[in-house]
Amino acid sequence: MIEQLTSLLSDYTFQLVALGTGFLGLLSGVIGTYATLRKESLLGDALSHAALPGIAIGFLFIGRKEWIVLMIGAAVSGLFATFLIQWMSRKNVVKFDSALSLILSSFFGLGLVLLTYIQDQPNANQAGLDNFIYGQASSMLLSDVRMISIIGIVLLVLVGVFWKEFKVFTFDPVFAQTAGFSSSILQFLLSTMMVLVIILGLESVGVILMSALVIGPSVAARQWTDRLSGVMGLAGVFGFFSGVIGTILSSLGKQIPTGPTIVLVMSVFVVFSLFFAPNRGLIRKYISQKKQQQMYKKQMEGKKEGKEYAG
Amino acid sequence: MLVEIQLIAIVVAVACALPGVFLVLRSMTMLSDAITHTVLLGIVLAFFATQDLNSPLLMLGATLVGVATVWVIGALQRTKLLSGDAAIGIVFPLFFSIAIILITRYAGSVHLDTDSVLMGELAFAPFKRTQLFGMDIGPQALWTRIVILLINSVFILLFYKELKLSTFDAALAAALGFSPVLLHYGLMSLVSLTAVGAYDSVGSVLVVGFMVGPALTGYLLTRQLHHMIWVTVITAVINSIVGVQLAFAVDASLAGMIAVVTGVTAFAAFLFSPEKGWLKKTLRRSKQQKKLYKWKTKQEMEQR
Repeated sequence: MIEQLTSLLSDYTFQLVALGTGFLGLLSGVIGTYATLRKESLLGDALSHAALPGIAIGFLFIGRKEWIVLMIGAAVSGLFATFLIQWMSRKNVVKFDSALSLILSSFFGLGLVLLTYIQDQPNANQAGLDNFIYGQASSMLLSDVRMISIIGIVLLVLVGVFWKEFKVFTFDPVFAQTAGFSSSILQFLLSTMMVLVIILGLESVGVILMSALVIGPSVAARQWTDRLSGVMGLAGVFGFFSGVIGTILSSLGKQIPTGPTIVLVMSVFVVFSLFFAPNRGLIRKYISQKKQQQMYKKQMEGKKEGKEYAG
Repeated sequence: MLVEIQLIAIVVAVACALPGVFLVLRSMTMLSDAITHTVLLGIVLAFFATQDLNSPLLMLGATLVGVATVWVIGALQRTKLLSGDAAIGIVFPLFFSIAIILITRYAGSVHLDTDSVLMGELAFAPFKRTQLFGMDIGPQALWTRIVILLINSVFILLFYKELKLSTFDAALAAALGFSPVLLHYGLMSLVSLTAVGAYDSVGSVLVVGFMVGPALTGYLLTRQLHHMIWVTVITAVINSIVGVQLAFAVDASLAGMIAVVTGVTAFAAFLFSPEKGWLKKTLRRSKQQKKLYKWKTKQEMEQR
């Protein structure tokens, strides 16, 4: 078992995939923190589905699976979906969740229509398109990891540069506006970053599971600290290790898909944090509740004795 | 055969749209999104238990898992350690991942293939026929869907008052002795059952569109619950007819096209609705602004 592990860890392909998914997990954790805090967590889910037509259109444009073009298509389609969602839910005519669900399914439907249309084309080189749905982490190339790293670093730099602005905008958007920051620019920036992360993640875990990677790490991290920097950093750590450990586990077993395994590992982190975190953890709450009950019991008994003594 | 496909599409669309009315009004649409994903786990587990893809136990098991999902998400939300939508976004990918892992490891050769998981196979539905008294009375898919449609309609008819009250004023409903919790789980069981039933034809993701789209259109065009239900049903029928026709014309995914048409009609309702539409509101606002400006300048003139 140990030899299997060490030989795995020194395998080039494995290192590539683990690094790629690890860094991806880190990015999703960091960028996802903003979404989770703004209660827009499911935006990630909607965006991953809404990217499909963009990918299909990108493919139609150039006739072959050129990653960069597909990614740009996905980004455009994702951003357009965000714009529509926010337009519809702005004055609360349509509630946010209804807008999400509607745009999610119609865009995804459009993507499927285009995909089935593509499948009839003689130039049907679209087998790879299916992988966007489930992810193909195991076939990550060096070029993919390089792309993830470059875009990832850009995103992290943006987070650093606009730290104060994003922080205010997340916690008190009204105050941010009165303080002079442009909420539409900040919103656009955040949405773009989210879209980019999701598109990067489409390759490793696929559409449906991107949701978990964006939400999970920050939820887990939130249980351990109350500071934004802490939550974000910890979310990055959790995301990173979900990716790496997930890749290890799926490579050790036979025929275990990588994407779902990563989500599984991440869910373990979440459940563990929910139960065992020091201040908010459920176990801790249960223990302190019991202690309080004991204390009250003693007080009540003390009062009773006091009365008897006086009377 | 086109007629049968069309019929199935219409039945599925209406069966989904009915519970969708209350999902939209209660802001629970993403919960239905979660359910439609987790019923896959239910189908997988039930398949392992029965080893038979056509057993009705499959539907039951899958529906139960859907309800269990609602319960788990509710429990998570009650801990108050995370927001409502975060709870949804953690639970359903987990269940879905378990389902995928189980499928790839243990059921690789079975018909549970990934494409039908997402898209459904509406085009192949007519090939599985039902036999009644030795006569071929139509595709099996049609009859199961009709049963589900009937169940949904009966539920809404029977519990109309209770559903209406608990949707718009849950506290009053509870105070009057109704159980909003029971109604909630009842509704979610229906959503689950409908999702499982529509699964074959429509696939995971698009069921949400079938549930939310027509209901949203109905909501934007009406002001009363019973009007909303009627408009929803009519919209569902129109969407499915137009969708199927277009899909055949272009030779594309049937369910996908219906979803697209649904989106278009809902968005059109958002823009052009006579009362709540964006166009109307924007025009009204600019008219009011002009009036205000005229009034203000008149005031200033009179003061001079």
